[in-house]
Amino acid sequence: MYQQIISFGWLPRALDELAAGAGLTIWLTAQAIVLGTLLAVIGAWAKTSGPKWLGIVFSVYVEIIRNTPFLLQLFFIFFGLPALGIYLQPDQAALLTMIINLSAYATEIIRAGIEAIPHGQSEAGLALGLGKLHVFLLIVLVPALQVIYPPLAGQYTMILLGSSLAAAISANELTSVANVIAAGNFRTLEVYLVVTLIYLVIVFVLRGLLALLYNLTIARSRDQRMRVL
Amino acid sequence: MIHALGPNDFLYILSATQWTLLLSAFAIFGGALVAVIVVAIRMNPVRPLAWLAMGYVQFFQATPPLMQLFLVYYGGDYVGIRLEAWQAALIAFSLYSSAYLADIWTGCIAAVPRHQWEGSRALSFSEPLTLLLVIAPQALKISVPPTVGFLVQLIKTTSLASIIGYVELVRASQFINNSTLQPLLVYGFVACIYFALCWPLSLWARTLEVRLAKSSRRS
Repeated sequence: MYQQIISFGWLPRALDELAAGAGLTIWLTAQAIVLGTLLAVIGAWAKTSGPKWLGIVFSVYVEIIRNTPFLLQLFFIFFGLPALGIYLQPDQAALLTMIINLSAYATEIIRAGIEAIPHGQSEAGLALGLGKLHVFLLIVLVPALQVIYPPLAGQYTMILLGSSLAAAISANELTSVANVIAAGNFRTLEVYLVVTLIYLVIVFVLRGLLALLYNLTIARSRDQRMRVL
Repeated sequence: MIHALGPNDFLYILSATQWTLLLSAFAIFGGALVAVIVVAIRMNPVRPLAWLAMGYVQFFQATPPLMQLFLVYYGGDYVGIRLEAWQAALIAFSLYSSAYLADIWTGCIAAVPRHQWEGSRALSFSEPLTLLLVIAPQALKISVPPTVGFLVQLIKTTSLASIIGYVELVRASQFINNSTLQPLLVYGFVACIYFALCWPLSLWARTLEVRLAKSSRRS
């Protein structure tokens, strides 16, 4: 029985590739967060105060996405859409899946926050002569954000972690890069240890930034502040 | 060999459902066992040990499940154990579950009102006995909806085992897709199976939550 010895001699040469992979992971996540949240706001609006048919469409969408695996959604988009004549690069397919996945979860979170806002508040807004859109955005959505921000931030972390599945379709993000490096130098465990550590750092930086944003803009008092851990 | 998609292909995929379910069942069971230990360590008065338990939970919640799976699968070699795909998946997803369940259950224990502890203390119950006889039964009631919710998350996460070669729903559908080239039908069918497994659980969790909210408002 021979014992393998842990070695990190490969690391200095692999740093550039790892940095590029981490960069793409962060870039994909950032795009997915912005676009996914926008779509989710539309979904939450449709489910609470939009036209009924649109609300039903979003309900079906939310239930389907939340009850099927991310990996399967990725395969469906990457391998299935070409059958319909839509060809996507692995990176684009990963981004599209992340947006679709995140927006379904975020729709439910934002909807719950909106429903927690007392009805009298939006009536008061209308009585003051504000338009329906203004009432939704300023009088309902912004106060709701105070309640839903922590679970929303948790969902952002989940989509960052989920982006690692894009390796299954060989997008060039961090996990794919790790697979390529490990296949080249056979330092499999070491490569995945380093990459796990990189993910850990990215997640805590993301959480830190989200908490900072919340504490600077939304939190009203000291004890409302969000903590990173 | 490429062949036309036939009823046998669907039956093959359908029969792979059992491997997804078995892996999920054993992983949630193993996870629950480990989670009880993690919660116990988390609640003990020795601070460094409690921090260790918190670190454990944080690690699993802040790293991709795929990396956890790879670390277990390839890490076995370094300690001289050659793990099969199913063994690695079972270990990795049990640990993954244990961290999430420990987090959920710690929250549930904290949600039991403080005066329950104080009342038991006044009746001269020891702390472990209070936890076991007074707090745990109440926490158990609160913990059912989020635990069922996590089970849905776990069933979906077991699909990652396909990446290391464990033949469950997704892996089986990849085989069929590779030989029939009908991705929309094949992956659509698998999506339906997952939906049929997960949706009732999601609805059940929601019903339990509503019922719990009503009963706590009454009392």
